Amino acid sequence: MEPIPKTLKVLSWITGALFIVALYLVLFYAPREMVMGDVQRVFYFHVAAGWVGGLAFLVTAIAGGVYLRRGDHRWDQVALASVEIGLVFTFANIVSGSIWARPIWNTWWTWDPRLVTASIMELIYIAYLLLRQGVEDPARRARFGAVYGIVGFISVPLTFLSIRIFRTIHPVVIGSGDPSATGSFNMVPEMRVAFFFSLFTFTFIYATFLWHRLRLQRLAEKVEHMKMKVVSE
Amino acid sequence: MTDPTPPMEAIEQPVVINRGSRFGGYLRAISAVVWKDLTAELRSRELFSAMLVFALLVILIFNFALELDIRTRETVTSGVLWVTFAFAGTLGLNRSMAVEKDRGCMDGLLLAPVDRSALYFGKALGSLIFMLIVEVIVLPVYSGLYNINLFHPGLMAVILLGSVGYAAVGTLLSAMAVQTRTRDVLLPILLFPVVLPLLVAALKASNGFLQGFEMEEIWPWINLLIVYDVIFIAVAFMVFDYVVEE
Repeated sequence: MEPIPKTLKVLSWITGALFIVALYLVLFYAPREMVMGDVQRVFYFHVAAGWVGGLAFLVTAIAGGVYLRRGDHRWDQVALASVEIGLVFTFANIVSGSIWARPIWNTWWTWDPRLVTASIMELIYIAYLLLRQGVEDPARRARFGAVYGIVGFISVPLTFLSIRIFRTIHPVVIGSGDPSATGSFNMVPEMRVAFFFSLFTFTFIYATFLWHRLRLQRLAEKVEHMKMKVVSE
Repeated sequence: MTDPTPPMEAIEQPVVINRGSRFGGYLRAISAVVWKDLTAELRSRELFSAMLVFALLVILIFNFALELDIRTRETVTSGVLWVTFAFAGTLGLNRSMAVEKDRGCMDGLLLAPVDRSALYFGKALGSLIFMLIVEVIVLPVYSGLYNINLFHPGLMAVILLGSVGYAAVGTLLSAMAVQTRTRDVLLPILLFPVVLPLLVAALKASNGFLQGFEMEEIWPWINLLIVYDVIFIAVAFMVFDYVVEE
């Protein structure tokens, strides 16, 4: 067993500390929203999780492109690790949104562009994992993963656009908001601090998870290698 | 059928005969692949009859599932048509690639001294032609059964644009799906989430034409269809090499 690299250890501790601070900011520092009450606090981690989901799938598409160009299998590992993290965070994003929507929209689910896009995105990357599972040859698995990672990522904005042409009720908190959106609000400075700190923290969480996942992958390969050695002897 | 391997024989001729300009050779390679698919299909009629019967069965089931009575018919027709085309299309795409894989025909195709993307365009065009033939038969049958006029030039254009995109993405993904262990079930799972924007746009545009909406309301959907087609044909063109590489 090789020890955890020192930088990774430090990064993990920093991420943990950041998360505690973020929790404090979200739960105590940010003021209670006037109309929606405490349930509005879901917003901070909800958006941050969505951001990490999108970022993770972007990284997968880029890593896939680099893999196809260079053929270095480490890029394929980055792509796979990123998909797994992205799936978890997108799921957290959908569930937390649902919890918020129940009291605010009076329903767990509506067919809003953002909701549909997030869930289709989740399905695309579940299909990505199923595709990889079905291929035995590692080089081919990596190539197929890269191609599907790129095709899937390109289709996501088009999905959003296709449903966006319908009317939406999802609030747009940053940038211009549609006044007909239900559950919209303006952020006061304290909320802004909590919000951007959450985004920052979740980005750190992503980086930490990615690194740990890559390390795990390398260790698993090492074990596999040793097993083969033992069997062949 | 006496000749068990029509695909190989059909592809060799046009490629070897003459290579004038590069582009001309490329087009000839594409048409050779399409021609081989059509000849093989003309001799066996496996794929086409399966797609057509399947499409008609889907429409029949919808009849009972949705109770296509006069009042609701207008609003659900485009949905029924596109679900039918999508399902029948999946069947065709799967089969079109599976026959190449089964008898090692894909290896033969890959050995041909042509650009790999020509193989992609050939297979995609072949699948598109099958889809279009099925659609050309399904539309009048549907019109007759449900007494609804589907012969609108706008609707035809939407069906063409939708089928082009569907065949473009479907061919790329089915080329991957047939090389996996779970190949028969995998294609729809890979294809449907990616092709969703295309289906939504095609559905909405068809519905617009059938219900006689203003062109102003239909244009955004047609634009989306065109954008989708262009993007995915370009992407498939760029990555197809990696999918068939050994």
